[in-house]
Amino acid sequence: MIGLLGRKVGMTQLPDERGNMTPVTILEVGPCTVLGVRTPEKDGYAAIRVGYGEVPQRKLNRPLLGELVKVLGEGRKTYPARVIREFRVDNPEEYQPGQVLTVEVFQGVDRVDVTGYSKGRGFQGVMKRWGFSGGPMSHGSKFHRRPGSIGQSTFPGRVHKGKKMPGHMGMRRVTVKNLKVFKVIPEKNLLVVKGSVPGPNGRVLMVKAR
Amino acid sequence: MGQQDLIRAVETEYMKDRKVPEFRPGDTVRVHVRITEMKYDPKQRKMVERSRIQPFEGIVIRKRGSGLGATFTVRKITQGIGIERIFPLYSPYIEKIEVRRRGKVRRARLYYLRDRIGKKARVKERR
Repeated sequence: MIGLLGRKVGMTQLPDERGNMTPVTILEVGPCTVLGVRTPEKDGYAAIRVGYGEVPQRKLNRPLLGELVKVLGEGRKTYPARVIREFRVDNPEEYQPGQVLTVEVFQGVDRVDVTGYSKGRGFQGVMKRWGFSGGPMSHGSKFHRRPGSIGQSTFPGRVHKGKKMPGHMGMRRVTVKNLKVFKVIPEKNLLVVKGSVPGPNGRVLMVKAR
Repeated sequence: MGQQDLIRAVETEYMKDRKVPEFRPGDTVRVHVRITEMKYDPKQRKMVERSRIQPFEGIVIRKRGSGLGATFTVRKITQGIGIERIFPLYSPYIEKIEVRRRGKVRRARLYYLRDRIGKKARVKERR
């Protein structure tokens, strides 16, 4: 069990081993730097803390810079700390701070979970957001894309909690589970998975081995 | 490398060992398609995978897309019924594409052939 950070490159179709064209998503995963190791003895759980994406040193705040200097040393122009996440691992002894992890950790992994933030859609009405049918568009109707009744009368005299209403849609954390690993290309830091993943191309994602 | 270049690079891996001849809409091609099917083998007493090659010959009426996702459409007339098949250009199912005849046409999409039958549905040969 391990996970890494990466970004979505885009989708295409590739032939599988039987020759059938398969929809796939190409992800650029890593290289991620281990910034810390959490052990059950010290922290109560086992995880690694990894950073992804280079950030110029001048853009980092002091507390974070202090932590990075401890692991990677002083005087670097950039530090791998654009996104920092922790991933649970089974055997924290195998990792040391400063170690660089690449897609190769997914070599031999059959399936992964991918977590990311979905495409933001802004404030949306009830038809797009919840799939309501709306009303007729013609025949004299003036009731087009509205939600209709949102409740009963004096009893209960209020709108139920969780009622599907217009509001902000997308840009929400979504996990797609059990995606088949199609191919690992270590030379280019690429991981190809079957199916789609959340977010637009370029969005940072978490990829976890199952 | 930009995002699209990365995708292209991955696609190229799958395209490089496929040799696709040059052909255009209007050309007559013979596509050798590998068909894999399960068949009962009485000797082994079980279903065995068998593959054979089936040719499909007709006029190319369209080529579309780029990279690995490119496809082309072949139209032929069998028993008075027009049949069109869309093939991925780089499909591993395609064993071979033979160009039988070069056609001289003035558009990229030969949809007008669908409305024509017999002598009118011919395409002039390109010299």
